[in-house]
Amino acid sequence: MNSPASVVLSPLPDDAGNAIIYLDYAATTPLDPRVLEAMLPYLQGADDPALRWANPASTHGPGLRAREGVERARAQVAALIGAEPREIIWTSGATESNNLAIKGAIEFNRAPGRPIHIITSRAEHKCVLDSCRYLETQGVAVTYLKPGADGRVMPQQVLDAITPDTALVSLMWVNNEIGAVQAVTELAPRLRERGIQFHVDAVQAAGKLAINLQDTPIDLLSVSAHKLYGPKGVGALFVRRWPRARLAPQMHGGGHEQGMRSGTLATHQIVGMGAAFALAAREWTIEMPRLTALRERLWDRLRGLPEVLRNGPQDPSACAPHILNISFAGVDGESLRAALPSLAVSSGSACSSATAEPSYVLRALGRGDALADASLRFSLGRGSDADTIDCAAGQVVDSVQRLRELSPLWTP
Amino acid sequence: MAIYFDNNSTTRLDPRVFEAMQPYLQGPYGNPSSLHRYGRAARDAVEAARAQVAVLAGAQAAEVIWTSGGTEADNFAVKGAAASAAKPTRMLYGATEHAAVLESVQSLRGQGWAVDAIVMRQDGLIDAEGFAAQLAQGPLRLVALMRANNETGVIQDLARVADAIHAQDAWLLVDAVQTAGKIPLDFVALNADLLSLSAHKLHGPRGIGALIKRAEVELTPLHHGGGQEQGLRGGTENVAAIVGFGVAAELAVQGRGTRAAQMLTLRRRFEAGLHALSGTRIFAEATPRLPNTVQFALPGYVGEALLMALDLKGIAVSSGSACHSGSGEPSHVLLGMGVARDVAFGAIRVSFSAENTEAEVDRVLAVLTVLHAEAMAV
Repeated sequence: MNSPASVVLSPLPDDAGNAIIYLDYAATTPLDPRVLEAMLPYLQGADDPALRWANPASTHGPGLRAREGVERARAQVAALIGAEPREIIWTSGATESNNLAIKGAIEFNRAPGRPIHIITSRAEHKCVLDSCRYLETQGVAVTYLKPGADGRVMPQQVLDAITPDTALVSLMWVNNEIGAVQAVTELAPRLRERGIQFHVDAVQAAGKLAINLQDTPIDLLSVSAHKLYGPKGVGALFVRRWPRARLAPQMHGGGHEQGMRSGTLATHQIVGMGAAFALAAREWTIEMPRLTALRERLWDRLRGLPEVLRNGPQDPSACAPHILNISFAGVDGESLRAALPSLAVSSGSACSSATAEPSYVLRALGRGDALADASLRFSLGRGSDADTIDCAAGQVVDSVQRLRELSPLWTP
Repeated sequence: MAIYFDNNSTTRLDPRVFEAMQPYLQGPYGNPSSLHRYGRAARDAVEAARAQVAVLAGAQAAEVIWTSGGTEADNFAVKGAAASAAKPTRMLYGATEHAAVLESVQSLRGQGWAVDAIVMRQDGLIDAEGFAAQLAQGPLRLVALMRANNETGVIQDLARVADAIHAQDAWLLVDAVQTAGKIPLDFVALNADLLSLSAHKLHGPRGIGALIKRAEVELTPLHHGGGQEQGLRGGTENVAAIVGFGVAAELAVQGRGTRAAQMLTLRRRFEAGLHALSGTRIFAEATPRLPNTVQFALPGYVGEALLMALDLKGIAVSSGSACHSGSGEPSHVLLGMGVARDVAFGAIRVSFSAENTEAEVDRVLAVLTVLHAEAMAV
């Protein structure tokens, strides 16, 4: 078997012809070649006498063989998170999973004329916040908890926010911008005791840390393939069977996926997600210590500069292995990003980059606008190694020093 | 070698489409929302494909919204139009619509919407008089009518009804999933407000579709968050599939005339063969239909049983929509056309692609002839 680090994105050159170092694995990951290989028989029709590209809802032989691929993948995804295969519902990605979980749970549990309440946090992914905001227009009450300076919501904060109308709590396991690990395992049994449904966005957690839904009474959990070296356009929602979590479907038509999500299944993508999750299950215990060490190596090099602030928990064990978010005092955010043409990093979530606003997550943690804007999220993955990390760190250190020398804001 | 006559269910990926997708599966492409070069490279590909799909639909690129497929496009159109309305009024849908439209519209019942089916005649076409009376029954938000039916292949003349719908201040949603690549498609000439498409029905990849939306039509998103697709459809774009859809659309536009002629030749040959089998009924036979679709009943067979018998011979057909297979219910499409239940139970659907051959048609006819003789002998 190839080593995980063999998945290297063939790099794009910058204007000067230098390879651009990719450190944006939290935005998306390249497809693992082993995953692509698993997908091909279900995608390409040319050489497959079994016609495995057929519609898995069809009752003929080819349809049946396509369905076998779908069901194998369901078991693979379930295995990584300690679920049963039938608890996995395919979606087009985590955005749909989060929409289905939140809107589906509320719609199902809502009784006419009775108030209903959701608890979430200000540091959630846009699709969770936007789903909640939409539900507010429909008369649902939502509490947006303010995380602490380390980006974490304390379980007690959640418990204190519960009202008699609270039906759902939605929190992300690992924050996508700062890597903070939420205390979801601690919180889950306490919500179960109170009969409140718990939805967890685990997009950045799956394959990065241990998830065992057999032991953790989470009701709904969202995962995505393309953050884990699988294809874009496919995700899943874990829907607990016992006690049964119930959802109103958000996509009707044909009754696929136990009636919870209709639409022709994209077999090749599903098979790819299965393969990606199976690889992660085999490799994460080796890969994550490697990424943690690389992340700390990057931090050690950057902290040589004065006035750099690490966003998120200061305790490295409370951080996901692959994310490091740093604010650089005394530099302008836009100038900093412009000064790093050979580095593919982000200033926050890719899904928020269209707005050009400083990260709402960092502002929720109490960073001012200027500092929030002068921040970079580095996210590491299978293609990262000591050389790329040192090279990236060198570019950042040089650019920050140069910008500070020119900046009237900077007084050493 | 297996024979695949179930192309309305899904089609084989065109090798040229696969070739175009391959770099986006393997190469240095990021999240199209990312501002760095890996992201911008992906963004460029997504926008090039948008222009290609716009040409297929006879629409503007800015009118194309990516979805995960035809089902999402239909759901988004119906529920998005309902959620953006000031208050619930009324929606109409063809009795023979795909389940994605049917069930989306029906799901609105609990939310104060009046929803009514548009009755179809025995030939599968709209009953114009009844429809006109339905239109006039008060405020109306949306009318959903498919351009061509997935089971019978019946083609509706929609340009005529569009004006009447607009006169009621309502929008027309056209499910064109089965149309694209088979008969000419023109969003403007159809006078539609919304139109849904799917890639995998035209030799593109599964998992990608589009909703074509006129700029004036206001929809509430189905997938909130992320700001993609003008804020109307959140979620990281499925770049490789989008690229595949684009190329499949372009190939469909280039090859449509030839493909349609090939499919029609196959259909005529097949139907001529069916005529020789006494008692065999082709549904909506005299109505304008897609060049690739034949729905028929062989005497003495329940559709599911015939499907199984053919499957054992390596021939893949369908007993209706794949989205309804295994339900044990007769086709709602045929029931919607007033076909008796026991007759509808016998229906199976054969749908060709231009990749099929006359030799395959002859082989399937030979098998059907034997099965027919067996049933007659009982």
